[in-house]
Amino acid sequence: MAEQAVKGEEHDYTERNKTAVQADPGKKPRRKISKDQWVALGFLAPSFILVLIFVYGFIGWTGWVSVSNWNTLVPDFSFAGLKNYIYLFNDYRFQADLRNTVFFTILFIGLVIVMGLGLSILIDQKLKGESIFRNIFLFPMALSFVVTGVVWQWLLNPSTGYNQFLAVFGIQPKWYTDTNILAGFEWGSIEFGLPVAIIAVVIAAVWQMTGFSLAMYLAGLRGIPDELREAARMDGASELQIYKKVILPMLMPITVSVVIIMAHISLKIFDLIYAMTGSGANFVTDVPGVYMFETTFRGNYYANGAAIAIIMLLLVAVFIVPYLLTNRRSGN
Amino acid sequence: MKKIFGILLLMVMALVIAACSSDSSSSDDGEDASASEGNDSEEAAGSDGDGGTVEIFSWWTGAGEEDGLLALIDLFEQKHPDITVDNAAVAGGAGTNAKAVLATRMQGDDPPSTFQVHGGAELNEGWVAADKMEPLNDFYEEQGWMDKFPQDLIDLVSKDGNIYSVPVNVHRGNVVFYNKQVFEENGVEVPTSYDEFIEVADTLQDAGVTPLALGDKEAWTATQIFENILLGELGAEDYRNLWNGDIAFDDERVVAAAEKFKTVLGYVNEDHASRNWQDAAQLVGDGEAAMINMGDWAKGYFSNDLNLETNVDFGYFAYPETDGDFMVITDTFGLPKGVENPEDVKEFLSVLGSQEGQDAFNPLKGSIPARVDADTSKYDEYGQDAMEDFNNSNLTPSLAHGSAAAEGFVTKANQAVNIFVTQLDVENFINTLKNAANEL
Repeated sequence: MAEQAVKGEEHDYTERNKTAVQADPGKKPRRKISKDQWVALGFLAPSFILVLIFVYGFIGWTGWVSVSNWNTLVPDFSFAGLKNYIYLFNDYRFQADLRNTVFFTILFIGLVIVMGLGLSILIDQKLKGESIFRNIFLFPMALSFVVTGVVWQWLLNPSTGYNQFLAVFGIQPKWYTDTNILAGFEWGSIEFGLPVAIIAVVIAAVWQMTGFSLAMYLAGLRGIPDELREAARMDGASELQIYKKVILPMLMPITVSVVIIMAHISLKIFDLIYAMTGSGANFVTDVPGVYMFETTFRGNYYANGAAIAIIMLLLVAVFIVPYLLTNRRSGN
Repeated sequence: MKKIFGILLLMVMALVIAACSSDSSSSDDGEDASASEGNDSEEAAGSDGDGGTVEIFSWWTGAGEEDGLLALIDLFEQKHPDITVDNAAVAGGAGTNAKAVLATRMQGDDPPSTFQVHGGAELNEGWVAADKMEPLNDFYEEQGWMDKFPQDLIDLVSKDGNIYSVPVNVHRGNVVFYNKQVFEENGVEVPTSYDEFIEVADTLQDAGVTPLALGDKEAWTATQIFENILLGELGAEDYRNLWNGDIAFDDERVVAAAEKFKTVLGYVNEDHASRNWQDAAQLVGDGEAAMINMGDWAKGYFSNDLNLETNVDFGYFAYPETDGDFMVITDTFGLPKGVENPEDVKEFLSVLGSQEGQDAFNPLKGSIPARVDADTSKYDEYGQDAMEDFNNSNLTPSLAHGSAAAEGFVTKANQAVNIFVTQLDVENFINTLKNAANEL
């Protein structure tokens, strides 16, 4: 009996290592933990505990603060219900922030994808000096958003920068100081529509992040075997059809990744706006991140700031959670 | 093919890592700072009584202000070689970053030995109301300071009869700086009333000069104009009553002030939203705009950064209709509760509040001393003028700089002003202010 048990355990080693990864539902899991697993657990535990406390613990803490009355320098954790959320959704500034975020996100992601794809297809044509172009397009990504913000603040300043040149043609756009709302209509306490000023911020953000999507798409294009194109050509497809029917569908996973990454950047954007335009006149370029910072650290409205943080988390979750779920499903 | 893919991937990874590391390095700084603080407090605990460390927390890191602070620290170290000074200044954001760090430390019961705070509501409705400050009445008596600071100023750092901090400097908020050449060329004189101001502005505008430069990328610069109009409209006494709650925000004079504010905003440069106050002041320096309403720290910008000469290239006058009033912005230092070596901190405060200390600090910072008996010969032409006005004017607290009302109200007022500058909707503006004031 004893011998068998030892053998059984030995046998388990290899078996376990497989099942630990695959979690085979067909076998009943045994609750004995082997030495290897103890070691693995030992190595994982510190980071697991740290992440648990410093990520999820503090998300929970922020959630708790967001339903408290802590809106002065003195912490006050009495339960306030959804008071802070109700205040925010009635607040002129926060409504403007949500409007700006919606339009910024749509324009930003759309342009980054279109330009990244277009440029990567051009670069993929095996032209001379390809690496020079690739580097030129990639370099802005190496900058921090603060640098980009300061540079574009002056380039798109109505009295300096591009307007000096555009004056030749008699065009003087007001860029990010423009307070007009395109196609605006009254909604809540704000005018809902495309704020003209946000376009200036989108230009700066797209300039910076196009390099990223270009790199992703280029990697994707290089990963598509030439045989597929050859095969399509043999079948008599035109170049345009090859891109439409073969290449673009194969780049779909990359597009999804780009959308997810860009969405979480644009929903949480803070540094670019803070360095470039600030809140803007009438809050035309304000975003939740900037509002959160100012209301928390200037106004000491800690609970309001926490509520904004939670709302931003939920907004990002709208994009991330379906992505993670589909990934898990396809992984299995 | 694969190689290129690999290189591309590497590049992307490298960039991502580079981007991440910039974040982590900034948090490292924070850790380093707190680590060194830990060491300091150990040292302080190790030595008995004397020879402790005084940690001075401020946001004075810019040119001029840092020089002033270092001169002050030098003076203190000469007088007290046994006490170590730890200059814990936090840069950036006109004090916003420092205030965020301070709030975290105070709430975590790890206060700095003493910290910079604007006199008025920022001190009284903030840290005093939170019961984090020690009263300094006995200390003032001991130092014989009760008649060395103006009573209005002592009131500004007192709550319920207790004094909570020591003012080190004073800036004036209701000053208009103007380009002398532009005024001469257009044949206009310094306006003393609101009507004259409008006349001057009209003349200038017709001549193609921007009458008033504004840089309200951060809304407080516009709030500053509004508070000066309010002061002119209400007078010093009722202006203070507005913040006590004795006068409501829908008072007809407040509404009239908002109407005037609206008119004045018609004379500013078109790209005001893209400028900060320095960029706006530069318009005046270059002669593209004629005037700017700015606290007198702008004087340092004109003379040091733009190399302009006081009363030759640029002049100054009190905001129209506020001639006998002095909108005070004062930096003060107090004694937080729970400090390990309060006696050492008091030694520092006594140097800070002394004639010698204030005369070491203020000429470099470009402000005037908070004491009434400072040595005028150490200050420049503008400083001497301002000192005379300071001693002979009604002192009023500034809203834009957190002295008149709690920070929460200031934030909301700045938001209301930001909306008003574009929409110019007086009724909406007054309502928003009234709602915010209900929280006061």
